[in-house]
Amino acid sequence: MVMASTTEEQDHHGHGHVAHHFDSAQQQFDAGKLGMWLFLITEILFFSGLFVAYAVYRVNHPEVFIDARQHLNTSLGALNTVVLLFSSLTMAWAVRAAQLGQHKLLSNLIILTLLCASVFLGIKSIEYSHKWGEGLLWAGAYTYGSEELVEQDKSAAKLAATAVLGAPAALIAVVSGAILVFWRKRLSSVVRTLVAVALGMGAIYFVGVGIGIIVEVLTHSSVSHEPGDHSISQVAGEPGPGVFFSIYFTMTGVHALHILIGMGVMLWMLEKSLRFEYGPDYFGPVDFVGLYWHLVDLVWIYLFPLLYLIG
Amino acid sequence: MIVDINSEKILRDDGVNYLNCDRGWKSWAFTLDHKRIGIMYLAGILLCFLLGGIMALLIRAELFTPGKLYLTEDKYNEFFTLHGAIMTFLFLIPSIPAAIGNFVLPIMVGAKDVAFPRMNLASFYLWVAGAIFFLLALGLGGLDTGWTFYTPYSTTTNSTVIAATMGVFILGFSSIFTGLNFIVTINKMRPAGMTWFRMPLLLWSLYATSIIQVLATPVLGITMILLTAEKMLGVGIFDPELGGDPVLYQHFFWFYSHPAVYIMILPAMGVISELMSVFSRKPIFGYRFIAYSSIAIALLGFLVWGHHMFLSADSPLAAVIFSALTFSVSIPSGIKVFNWLATMYKGSIRLDTPMCYALSFILLFGIGGLTGLFLGALATDVHLHDTYFVVAHFHYVMMGGTLIAFLAALHYWWPKMFGKMYSEKWAKVACLLIFIGFNWTFFPQFLLGSQGMPRRYARYEAEFEGLHRVSTTGAMVLGVGLGLSACVLGHSLWRGKRAPRNPWGAATLEWQTGSPPPHHNFIGKPVLTDPYDYDDLVFDEEEGGFVRRRRRSGSEQEKPIKEPSIV
Repeated sequence: MVMASTTEEQDHHGHGHVAHHFDSAQQQFDAGKLGMWLFLITEILFFSGLFVAYAVYRVNHPEVFIDARQHLNTSLGALNTVVLLFSSLTMAWAVRAAQLGQHKLLSNLIILTLLCASVFLGIKSIEYSHKWGEGLLWAGAYTYGSEELVEQDKSAAKLAATAVLGAPAALIAVVSGAILVFWRKRLSSVVRTLVAVALGMGAIYFVGVGIGIIVEVLTHSSVSHEPGDHSISQVAGEPGPGVFFSIYFTMTGVHALHILIGMGVMLWMLEKSLRFEYGPDYFGPVDFVGLYWHLVDLVWIYLFPLLYLIG
Repeated sequence: MIVDINSEKILRDDGVNYLNCDRGWKSWAFTLDHKRIGIMYLAGILLCFLLGGIMALLIRAELFTPGKLYLTEDKYNEFFTLHGAIMTFLFLIPSIPAAIGNFVLPIMVGAKDVAFPRMNLASFYLWVAGAIFFLLALGLGGLDTGWTFYTPYSTTTNSTVIAATMGVFILGFSSIFTGLNFIVTINKMRPAGMTWFRMPLLLWSLYATSIIQVLATPVLGITMILLTAEKMLGVGIFDPELGGDPVLYQHFFWFYSHPAVYIMILPAMGVISELMSVFSRKPIFGYRFIAYSSIAIALLGFLVWGHHMFLSADSPLAAVIFSALTFSVSIPSGIKVFNWLATMYKGSIRLDTPMCYALSFILLFGIGGLTGLFLGALATDVHLHDTYFVVAHFHYVMMGGTLIAFLAALHYWWPKMFGKMYSEKWAKVACLLIFIGFNWTFFPQFLLGSQGMPRRYARYEAEFEGLHRVSTTGAMVLGVGLGLSACVLGHSLWRGKRAPRNPWGAATLEWQTGSPPPHHNFIGKPVLTDPYDYDDLVFDEEEGGFVRRRRRSGSEQEKPIKEPSIV
């Protein structure tokens, strides 16, 4: 990776700083790049345990997996895949913008990536709350197909789950909005932008929720929900659909956790980007966060077919 | 510090070093200096070693009699669980990399710090957090699963498993970040001229260790997450009632925990490689073989986890394959031992304290490694699995191996770290006591195991009493020896003689700077030389240590750097 040199006029305050223990900016960049790649390798191994569990159970009980996965909404999964792929595009573009010193574009692209992530989480919450309502949970809590579940209870449960999952986003949106309304004058422009972004993320999350509901309703009929459909009930002592959902929730849950962490890091990066700290002579952090985000996307690219498209 | 460039003698030392350059607790708590972080790690792990050691003595005391002495069976189970968990996760895994490596590696590589100093500090605080979780488990009581947390007991018992597994999870990240830091430092921050095969061997061993830390520890992390999810939510991955498999846990756990033992031993072997050369005053024999064998151990170590499961898993074919691979991983270790001995051959051997520990290591690790072969062979393992033979084997390699090498490293780099020399006489007495006490404690356990005494049992048949009594007595001697070595080192901080820059006459870069080093490690750039060439180093009476005698021809000619040793 070639580092472009910069003239004094292009220098903005405080960036391009080489840490005292590095001999040159190039060494600092190379070290950071290697460090991020190593971290990504650890992330791959972290997920590998879950993929191995998936492989072991699927090889031993393929029919359980194929049966159970019919309860996943492939359309929602596909939509989320497109959203994440698009967010990888905006992130990669952001790296390019940083390299070219296009400060405004860089900030906008980071914001766009954050909003895509919010949509992803919103759609995901509909998937989760649907399963919560239907009792399609991990093995210890699997109650689908049991006679106790009644239709009205299911809808109430789904609503409650959606509300619980959406509460953090709602809180963020409300608090951000309040800060913008009441304290606007006291905030610097950078902080004001960040709070506005937070508000946007919270709001766009609910756009995702809305999209999820619409798609769920439109594709609802393709999924069978007959009570008494015993091919998908859990029998004690044998692997059943509960095991599939254990793996589904741990895999997508750990993945969602990594999305959240990525969003946090991107907000940190956005703050620096708004202060014009990134440019042709210092874009390492954008590059490395981009690498992390691409891995998060890649993990989903594997999860989607393995969970949603089998059989 | 003013130095005479013709002989590199110190002419005037202004006494400012990394220890006194900044004062106040905040200068330590928020330090980014790898040396200070290393010292903090040292203090922490030694405290944990003390705690784990006390547990060990309490266990051995109980085992003095076949019946109950003062511990119930349940309490006994808690004691050996905590002893094992504290020793492996809080002491052995961090020991040499975190306490010694953090201090020495950047200086040995001629750098000012590791690649990511803030991540280094984060690693330390993660270690502290993990330690707190463990101590919580200790305080809340009840953790009696064994350090291996096997399912189904760990998922069904009410004890504080979650606190302990979350502690392990956090500690795992400490280990991962340290490994990541070391890999990037060695890859990107070596000076021009220090190519891969001109690096000191300690760096090769730390590099191989770091590879294992980075690749294996995340698997432990996800295993602990799954265990916690199993307990808290009942995900059912390890529960047969819900369609899961408890043996799957064992696969996940040992996939990390076997490479983990190589995390423990590889840095130890690196230390021994350095010491063998310095104290035989001869270039290390078979440099490339030692370097390659470190990498080989790191990689092969990932393929043998099944040898912990010969009696729990189903497939005879898998067992045979794991057994064969286990035998193959012993080969690189053997290669190292032969190279160390060949280094000593016709060398000018000095029996300073670090060398006494290093020689102990070779014998004790040799015994430990060889007894591992009995366990790797299927037919004998059937009888020896879960007996005291296993306990003796891993104490020989972990304690007789890693701990002894750690003590060797501590005594070797102590003058560099603290600028003080300890009493050689009393340090050697302590080493002897430790060596005698260690064998006294653990050799009888091979006999106990082969006679059928099971491990993790608080009560035993009367026939085993004699050997248990021998072992317990030995443990007390071992404790005294370790206590003495602590006193010797502690006393040196108070009353020790001022250390010269290079008390041992070693040729690696850290001995070119002050004892203790200045904050930025070097005043000016260090002179790159062959790390195992001692010809230019002569003892200077005035300084009390070794100096590099430059040729007085007037030109700045150094000896041409050649690859250390001929294979």
